[in-house]
Amino acid sequence: MSLNLRTYHELAGADRSGLPEQIAAQRRRVTERLAGVGRLIAVMSGKGGVGKSFVTAHLARALARAGRAVGVLDADLNGPTMPRLLGVDHSPLPTPDGAIEPAIGVDGVKCMSMDLLLQDGAPLTFRGPQAESFVWRGALEAAALREFLGDVAWGALDMLLLDLPPGIQRFHELGDLLATPPPVLTVTIPTPESRDAVRRAMRAASDRSAPLLGVVENMVDGHFTGTAGADLAAEFSVPLLARIPWHPTPDTWDQLAQQLGSSA
Amino acid sequence: MKFLCVACDRQMLFEERQLPGDGTLAAAFKCPACGRVVALLTNPMETQLVASLGVVIGGRTVPAQPLETVRGMVATGRDDAFTDNGQRKTENAPMWSPEAQERLQRVPSFVRGMVKKVYTDYARQHGIPEITPAVMDTARAELGLEAM
Repeated sequence: MSLNLRTYHELAGADRSGLPEQIAAQRRRVTERLAGVGRLIAVMSGKGGVGKSFVTAHLARALARAGRAVGVLDADLNGPTMPRLLGVDHSPLPTPDGAIEPAIGVDGVKCMSMDLLLQDGAPLTFRGPQAESFVWRGALEAAALREFLGDVAWGALDMLLLDLPPGIQRFHELGDLLATPPPVLTVTIPTPESRDAVRRAMRAASDRSAPLLGVVENMVDGHFTGTAGADLAAEFSVPLLARIPWHPTPDTWDQLAQQLGSSA
Repeated sequence: MKFLCVACDRQMLFEERQLPGDGTLAAAFKCPACGRVVALLTNPMETQLVASLGVVIGGRTVPAQPLETVRGMVATGRDDAFTDNGQRKTENAPMWSPEAQERLQRVPSFVRGMVKKVYTDYARQHGIPEITPAVMDTARAELGLEAM
């Protein structure tokens, strides 16, 4: 016997479970919280160890020195480093009604990071049944990212930099959480291996119609050889915003900040 | 996820949620036409997945707290990650019985402040002058606070 069942989408009425309303409220909370943010920029690579967080932190500081109100959301939940890079201590975060106050780093950069919440040296471990944890762990990390966006009192910012971990998973989560995928600043090192990995990340961002702001080539004039920065810039028709030497100076970052401003 | 009463060809409506406290969840749905009731029973992993989404089947009776999922789910959080400084003091706050205070102290301090606020808000909304372990159990079941 074959039943003539209606499909999921044919049942259009509300079922009093409240789930669609809660999901909508979550999205609304993120949107409202970020209403005071002028520009949201995802710093991503697709390749680990290229210095994304290092570039993000120094770019944020340069922007702050130039008089901009800047925040950094450390979206690397499992390997957070931003508090150390921004000189943030582990003072308890105030929790006024409805929001968590971000930490304040050097040059006044606001910062939120899982590092501020975890015990020293402890991995990010969740409560719950550990069997088949792969099923829910990704959902929990996406929820953490959503709460970092929507529950932190970012206030009025000229720019909020999102420091993404290697890979493209977190970028896709951002694309789902935000009304539109954020513009992307890409970091690579000169090597062809990095170029190949970063290319995939840029392609993923482009496929979701995220604006590509440009490429930063890090760790040049050192041990690494190659032309990844120029190659990727040409391939995606975006500017090569900066080539960061092994020993950058404040001027290096100031110039990148200016370049980024002119690429908007 | 939706439930269809095949006999009536009608969408079933959420009726009641129960949290037995063993990590499982039961949610009952009722057909508005014939009254037939079915129950969705989830195992701990499935319950965790629902909680991971930051939603409560049947809807919330209290607003989501800031970083609620992170504070409720992270097992390796530092005890001094948050301070209650800045929280607005309110009049007519319910009392906490010694037993309830003792139970609250067993909650990891990483999440204790948020948990205390949830129970306090629940008591205030229900006109409960004193929070006892029984009140906490009732609130926990009603609000779907499986992780608290």
